Amino acid sequence: MDPPNGMLWSLYANVLVQGVLTGLVYGLMALGLSVIFGVVRVVNFAHGEFAVVGMYAAFVLFRSFGIDPFVSMLPIAAVFFVIGYGLQRTLINPFVSRPEHEQFILLVGLAIIMVNGTLMIFGPDARSANLSYSFDSWEIGAIIVDKVRVYAATAALAVAALLFAFFRFTATGVAIRACADNLVGAAVVGLDVKKLYALTFGLGLACVGAAGALMVTLTDATPMIAPAFTLLAFTIVIIGGMGSMTGAIVGGLLIGIAEAMASVLIAPSMKTMASFGLLVLVLALRPQGLLGRRA
Amino acid sequence: MNPFATLARLVDEAPRRALLLLAAFVAVLLVAPVVLDRYLLSVFFLIFWFATVGQAWNIMMGFCGQLSLGHALYVGLGGYVGALFWVKFGISPAIAIVPAMLVAVAFGAVIGWLGFRFGIEGVYFALLTIAFAEVARIGFDNWSFVGGAAGFFIPVSSAASPVNLRGGPMLFYYVALAMMIIAFILCAALRRSRLGHAWLAVREDAEAARALGIDVFRAKMAAVVISAAMTAVAGVVYAFYQNNLFPSQTFDIARSIEMILAPIIGGLGTLFGPILGAFILTPLGQTLIALVEKIAGRAIPGVNLVFYGAALMVIIWFTPNGVWPWLKKKLGIPEGRE
Amino acid sequence: MTPLLDVQGVTKRFRGLTAVDNVSLSVEEGEIFAVIGPNGAGKTTLFNIIAGAMTPDTGSVTFAGASAVGVQPHELCRRGLARTFQIVRPFPELTVMENATIGAMMRAPDMDAARARAGEVLRQLDLWDRREAKAKSLTLPDRKRLECARALATGPRLLLLDEVMAGLRPTEVDRIVAILREINRSGVTILLIEHVMRATMALAGRIHVLHHGATIAEGTPEEVTRHPKVLESYLGAEAL
Repeated sequence: MDPPNGMLWSLYANVLVQGVLTGLVYGLMALGLSVIFGVVRVVNFAHGEFAVVGMYAAFVLFRSFGIDPFVSMLPIAAVFFVIGYGLQRTLINPFVSRPEHEQFILLVGLAIIMVNGTLMIFGPDARSANLSYSFDSWEIGAIIVDKVRVYAATAALAVAALLFAFFRFTATGVAIRACADNLVGAAVVGLDVKKLYALTFGLGLACVGAAGALMVTLTDATPMIAPAFTLLAFTIVIIGGMGSMTGAIVGGLLIGIAEAMASVLIAPSMKTMASFGLLVLVLALRPQGLLGRRA
Repeated sequence: MNPFATLARLVDEAPRRALLLLAAFVAVLLVAPVVLDRYLLSVFFLIFWFATVGQAWNIMMGFCGQLSLGHALYVGLGGYVGALFWVKFGISPAIAIVPAMLVAVAFGAVIGWLGFRFGIEGVYFALLTIAFAEVARIGFDNWSFVGGAAGFFIPVSSAASPVNLRGGPMLFYYVALAMMIIAFILCAALRRSRLGHAWLAVREDAEAARALGIDVFRAKMAAVVISAAMTAVAGVVYAFYQNNLFPSQTFDIARSIEMILAPIIGGLGTLFGPILGAFILTPLGQTLIALVEKIAGRAIPGVNLVFYGAALMVIIWFTPNGVWPWLKKKLGIPEGRE
Repeated sequence: MTPLLDVQGVTKRFRGLTAVDNVSLSVEEGEIFAVIGPNGAGKTTLFNIIAGAMTPDTGSVTFAGASAVGVQPHELCRRGLARTFQIVRPFPELTVMENATIGAMMRAPDMDAARARAGEVLRQLDLWDRREAKAKSLTLPDRKRLECARALATGPRLLLLDEVMAGLRPTEVDRIVAILREINRSGVTILLIEHVMRATMALAGRIHVLHHGATIAEGTPEEVTRHPKVLESYLGAEAL
C-alpha cells in the first residue's frame, strides 16, 4: 500500500535537505579541482586520492589525539596547501606546457601511489570516525536533519566563501584571475606566474583537504573510494562548467541531490548511476557545463 | 583486403635482419614452456595478455589520439558474454567470441557516438569512458542472473578441451601468445592501411585531416569499435583463465589503468611499444610482489601498484615517448621505420 | 559556362563588426584568381567561408554547380576543393611522405597508388629529397610547400591557397610561383588569398581587391593597379 501523501512529501523533503547538505561538501571538493583547472589548466587526476588522504588525516587526528574533524580541517588544509605549493613547484610545473595525456599520466602515477600507499598503511577496511554527536539530529516539523551534516555543510560553505573572497578582494587573488584570463598578458605585466600557479595548486589542495576532513564525518574512509571521489569531483566540475567556481558549488548541489534522490527513491546502488546519467545529459546537451563558457 | 596478401607484404617489406630477430624471438617463446614452471607460465600469460590489450588500446590512443580510461569495460563485457554462453548454454568460447565482440562493439559505438558527435575530447572523453565502465560495474553488481556482486564462476573441469578454453597454464600460455602475435600483425596491417593513415592524421591534427577529405568522426568511430572488439576477445580468454568474474574487479578503474601502462611505457603509437612495455612491466611487478611477500612474510596488496605508479611517473618524466623510440635510436633503426 | 566557384552576396558579421560585406566573385575553371587586401580586409574570413569552415550570415557559395554552404570540409574535399592553412598545419610527427600520402588517399584506389601519387606531388614541389624527414623538422619554406603538396595530392579541381607566400624570402617566393604556374598548367584552378603583391601580380589572371570587408575593385593585374580606389586604400605606399 502506498504511504499517505503527506508522508511521501516529508520523505522527499528529507532527502532533498540531505542531498543539499552533502552536495555542499562535494562542491567544496570539486571547487579545488575547478580552481586548479581554471588557472593552471591541469586536470588533477589525483584529486580524490587527496580527499582520501585528508579523510585519513582527520581520522588519525581524531582517534589518536581526539581532535574533532571540524577543528582538524584547518591544520589539514594548511598542510595540504604547503603540499600543493611544493608539488606544483617541483613535479607539475614542468608539465604545464606538455600534452594533456602526459599530464594525465603523471598525475595518475601519483594517484596510484597515493591510493595504494594508503592501502598498505591502513589496509582495505573501512574506518569510521564515530563522533560522539554522529547521530544527533534536529527535528523541524516533519524534517529530520543530522547535526553533523549541517556542521559539515556550513563549514564547506565557509571555506568556499573564504576562497571566493580571496579571489575577489585580495591583490594576489586578482593576479591569479588575471593569469587564468590571459597568461601572456600576466607575464608581460610582470606577474610571477610560476608562483601564482603554485599558490593556486596549494589552494586547490587546501579545499580538497578540508573537504576530506569534513567527509570523514559523513562517511567511512577506505582507500578504494579514492578513484570514485576523483570521478565525482570531475563529474561535478564538468556539470558545473570547467573552471567556473560557482559552477563547482552548483554542480555539487545537483549531484548531492541527485544521489540522495536516487539512493532513497530507487536503490542505494543507483547513486552513482544518477550522477553519471546527469553527466551524460550535460555532455550531450551543454558540453561546456551549466555555468561554463564555450572554449 | 586479402589478409594473406597483406601478411606477405608486411613480411616482404620488413628489413631482413629485423625479420630474423623477430622469428628467433617467436621461436624462443614457442619452445620456452619446456623449461618454464607453472608460476612462470602464468607470468608469461600475463605478459602476453597485457601486450594484447595494450595493442588494442594503442589503436585508440596511440594511433587515433583518443584517450580511453575505461577499457576494462570491454574486457568485462567480453568476459561475461563468453562465460555466460559457456555456463548457461554450453556454447564454446571459440564461438562466443563473436557475440562478445559484438556486445563490446555496441558499447564502444555508443561511447564513441556520444563523445565524438558532440566534439567531446581529451579529458572529457576520458571521463565518459570511465563513466561507462562504472555504470557497467554497478549494473553487473546488481544483475542477479550473472551472479551480481557475489561473482560469476566458470566450473573447472578435469578434462582438457582446448577449443573450450579448458586446460592448464600451458594451454593459456599458447592461447595468449597466439593472441599477442595476431594482435601485432593486425595492428601492423592497420597501421599501413588507409584507415591507419586516417587515424594518424586525426591524432596529429583533426582540422587539417578534415581539410584533406578525412571523415574524422568515422575514423574515430572505427578506432573505438576495432579496439573494443580486440579487447573483448582478450576479455573472453582472461575470464576462462581466471574461472571467475567479479564486477568490482573486472570493471575497476585500476584495471583500466593497468591495461594502458604497457603501451605508454613501451611507446605510444608504436607497434613494438605495447609488447616491450608488457615485457618490462609485468615481470617487474610480479618480482616485486614475490619479493615483498618473502621479506614481509605475507602478501601486501598494493605493492606492485605503488611500483607501477612510480614507474609511470619516472617514464613520463624522462622519456615521454616511451622506451621503444629510445631503444630504436640505440639500435640505429631510422626514424621513419618500425 | 557556369563558373567553378561562385560566391554571391556573402556577408559575415562578428559581434557587430562586418568582416565580409556583400562580396561576390566567381572563379572560372582553369584560371588563377587572387583575392588581395590589406590586413583586416576580411580575406581570411572569406577564405574560411569558401572552405566550409564558417557559414556566411547571408549569401551563397556554389562550387561545381552545388551549394557549398554548411557542407563539411571533408565533403568539400571529396567534391574537389582543397585548401591550405595560413598558419601551416603539417602532421608534425609523421614523415613528409606520410603527410602527402594521407592527402593522396582521397582519390587513390589503394595505398600503393596513394604512395605513388604522393611521390609525384613531392617531386613537383621539390620535397622528394626530404620525404623521410619528419614534418616537424622542416624549415618554414619547406613546410609551406608541404602544405601545398598535401592539398594538391587530394587531386582537387580548385586549390585554395591561404597566404602561402607570406613570410618567405624573394627567392623562395619565385620558386613557389613557378611551381604554382606548373600546377595550374596541369589543369588545376587556383584561388589565392595573398598579401604579397609582387608575386600575386605575376601569377594571377584576375585579382579581386577587398578593403574593410567590401569589394573595391576586380580585374586584371593591370586594371587593378590602375584603379584609383586601390591605389588610395591599399597600394598607396607600396606602388607610388
